[in-house]
Amino acid sequence: MISASQRLWRTSPLTYVALVLAALLSIYPFYYMIVIGTRSLDSINDVPPPLTPGGAFGDNFGRVLDNDAANFLTGMMNSIIVSSVVTLSVVLTGSLAGFAFAKLRFKGSNVLLLAIIVTMMIPTQMGLISLWGMMQDLGWYDTLYAVTVPFLVTAFGVFMMRQYASQAISDELIEAGRVDGASTFRIYWSIVLPALRPAAGVLGLLTFMETWNSFIWPYAILTPENPTLQVSLSFLSYAYYTDYSQVFAATAIGTIPLVLVFLVFGRQIIGGIMEGAVKS
Amino acid sequence: MSLSATTAPPSPAAPPSPDLPPRQRRGRLFNRLDVKYSPYLYIAPFFLIFGVFGLYPMVRTAWMSLHDWDMIGDHSFIGFDNYTRLFSDEYFWNALVNTFGIFALSTIPQLLLALFLANLLNRTFLRAKTFFRMVIFMPNVVSVAAVAIVFGMLFQREFGLFNWLLSFVGVDPVDWDGQRWSSWFAISTMVNWRWTGYNTLILLAGMQAIPKDLYEAAAIDGASQWRQFWQITLPMLKPTFIFVVILSTIGGMQLFTEPLLFANGNILGGNQRQFQTLAMYMYEMGIQNLNTAGYGAAVAWAIFMIIVVVSLFNFLLVRRSAK
Repeated sequence: MISASQRLWRTSPLTYVALVLAALLSIYPFYYMIVIGTRSLDSINDVPPPLTPGGAFGDNFGRVLDNDAANFLTGMMNSIIVSSVVTLSVVLTGSLAGFAFAKLRFKGSNVLLLAIIVTMMIPTQMGLISLWGMMQDLGWYDTLYAVTVPFLVTAFGVFMMRQYASQAISDELIEAGRVDGASTFRIYWSIVLPALRPAAGVLGLLTFMETWNSFIWPYAILTPENPTLQVSLSFLSYAYYTDYSQVFAATAIGTIPLVLVFLVFGRQIIGGIMEGAVKS
Repeated sequence: MSLSATTAPPSPAAPPSPDLPPRQRRGRLFNRLDVKYSPYLYIAPFFLIFGVFGLYPMVRTAWMSLHDWDMIGDHSFIGFDNYTRLFSDEYFWNALVNTFGIFALSTIPQLLLALFLANLLNRTFLRAKTFFRMVIFMPNVVSVAAVAIVFGMLFQREFGLFNWLLSFVGVDPVDWDGQRWSSWFAISTMVNWRWTGYNTLILLAGMQAIPKDLYEAAAIDGASQWRQFWQITLPMLKPTFIFVVILSTIGGMQLFTEPLLFANGNILGGNQRQFQTLAMYMYEMGIQNLNTAGYGAAVAWAIFMIIVVVSLFNFLLVRRSAK
């Protein structure tokens, strides 16, 4: 005999059918990217469209690298640099501020924290035009400073670290550090930061992905000669939309690293997103 | 440090004892300053950088919007002229209609589908839970640019997969980016694909926070699963749902990359501007055309106000309907 709760939460086969269908729809464009990226240029104009991968990836990707107008390698390097610097900074500044808001007492902390939460609701795209003008004045047009410096801190990072720090770190631990004569920074560095590692990991992954994928601002402030990867992809697709196998080979190369990271750390990333959702 | 050491008043809690060696005395002072002021140092980077590169540009955009602002030339003050000009600007209205059309086509099916999937994933005895969660979320990992490129080809007129599939049911090839409704549909599909899984996870998190005994009590009273969904899940999910709706609104009103790449970089969004969004129009006026930056700034603030109004409207709507 099955209990009421078992009957309540039973899973019908239809549930699996629906979920498998959703999973296939989610994966198909990735698969399609690989199919086209590994096909020769002639075969992609076939009717019916090709449905299985071919063997022309090396050739296609070679065309990307030979393509002087795409600046693909520059874009790749720029994206690696910008995403790494931004990620490191967001995690460090976020954990410092999060630690301060969660565990230190100072005047105005509640108001300042509220201010940070409010800024999370502001769409920063609204400042785009004058930020563009500011970058001209600073002489940062078409430089990596322009796509790095404004993103070195995020309200989300501060907020997430504060939430985690207030749960994960006991006040006694900090008190013990004080009794031993450690300075506040020392406590942060040798007690708090190690304890924040799981949340810092998730924040780092989310920040890296967001920076790697960001488009509108790099598109506005960088030229095709000095692009990030996404900007390079967009110009590649404008100029060579007839050569889809080249464009798709490049798109796949720009996407696969993130997919791999996601496959390794997906559990943590999803846990982090779901936890953040409940708290906010 | 040594200067402040001589001017700082002695603390009543720990009066400097003449017996203490000077090194230790200085250490105590440092301690007091450290505890009292160092928190401000830790939060300073956020406020500094966000202030300069986040908040200030927004305020400055408002200032620019009151001027006839040329990025490389003159800025003369014209009051609210840019804003009144918006009302008679047919391209602005066109972009507004497009944005709302695409927003409706992406948000409504997307949230319904996310609700449905989250409800499926919420079953306790579901196998391969983590697998399904990960796969459904995966589209969110890809960049918008990559999504737009891939779907751009799927929606191609000649060799695209969608037209190929349509040919089986006897439908003539659709010129997806040529007409208004079809371009809206194509762009919405990109948005839906990328964001359904994300919203599913957020809604699932909300569902899992609902106490299980509510369902058990309802089951004992003989309520069907469907009835439980309507009478327990939906009402309890209200705060999460409002959060998701507002997030989608903010994103939907700023839609830019998908339509831009769908138009192969044409900021007008098709030859008839049939899918130019508000964010594209802002870009066209503010950055593409440097001499109308002031007007572009007014468009930016108009978008902001639209976001506030639509979010508020959606908030009230969701709150009422789920009562």
